Amino acid sequence: MSEPTERADLMLQMIKQNAKRIMSTVPWAQALGFELTGIEKGRAFAKVDWREDLVGDPDTGVIHGGVLTALLDNLSGVCINTALKKPMSMATLDLRIDYMRPAEKGRTILAEAECYHVTRNVAFTHAWAYHETRERVIATAAGTFALNDITRWASGNEAMELANKMLGDSQ
Amino acid sequence: MSVRDQQLQAFLDRSPFARFLGIRFEADGETLKTILPFQDKFIGNQAINAMHGGCTGAFLELTAMAQVYLSSDMQRPPKPINLTIDYLRSAKGEDLYARAIVHKLGRRMASVRAEAWQGDDPDKVVTALQAHFLVAEDG
Repeated sequence: MSEPTERADLMLQMIKQNAKRIMSTVPWAQALGFELTGIEKGRAFAKVDWREDLVGDPDTGVIHGGVLTALLDNLSGVCINTALKKPMSMATLDLRIDYMRPAEKGRTILAEAECYHVTRNVAFTHAWAYHETRERVIATAAGTFALNDITRWASGNEAMELANKMLGDSQ
Repeated sequence: MSVRDQQLQAFLDRSPFARFLGIRFEADGETLKTILPFQDKFIGNQAINAMHGGCTGAFLELTAMAQVYLSSDMQRPPKPINLTIDYLRSAKGEDLYARAIVHKLGRRMASVRAEAWQGDDPDKVVTALQAHFLVAEDG
């Protein structure tokens, strides 16, 4: 079978090809209007447009922190996919969010996530939410995710399942 | 319903995101219990019918915020500074409940722990949240 690096490349390629489906198969990501905008090895990018019904405090028009939590959680999960050598499912163990400044009314929120370490059972991530550039960060996240054998714990993620079909035997 | 409960209800009624979630609460004195009636949009993983961690997290953040508000005499809801969410069990596609304890209410900061459960056993915690809120009105 293929070498690990080739498998990792093939895995990334497959995820890229199915990028649109990764978030669109998650109802809560759909409900909040998350859109995956880019994928690299170990990194993922997304955005969410300002929407009236996502506002926490009607007096300020600031998007509720819960929307950022969901976005950074979801995107952290996606970026782990791009760092793995074989398809696995994942569950958030814990997620720490720091709120630096409120998101501004009417402005799109951009986010990026980075998977900076993976062990047999756990993946470690950092993520950022901001307007336009990382110079003005709205919130940061640090997450740990438990990794599980995809055959034991179905993921419901079409791209991952497709990758599993093609790569699953080449452990 | 006390005056303070009514003020909390008024804020939740006015908050678009609280309405989007459909969060409700019951208060017994200063002790709060929040309820999140299940909706299909809360799902994060359809294959195992599990709620999205961002959804349980948002519910717990609102619960913690509401408890700080009820425990204080603030005019406006407190602002979150940071929070840590522990995902202990997968939250199933059904109603979620939560309660919170304010461990410290200072002049500027509040430290809160909130816990969510499903079914009738509050001790079988599905997701827990530890958060700090800014309670200074000029913050």
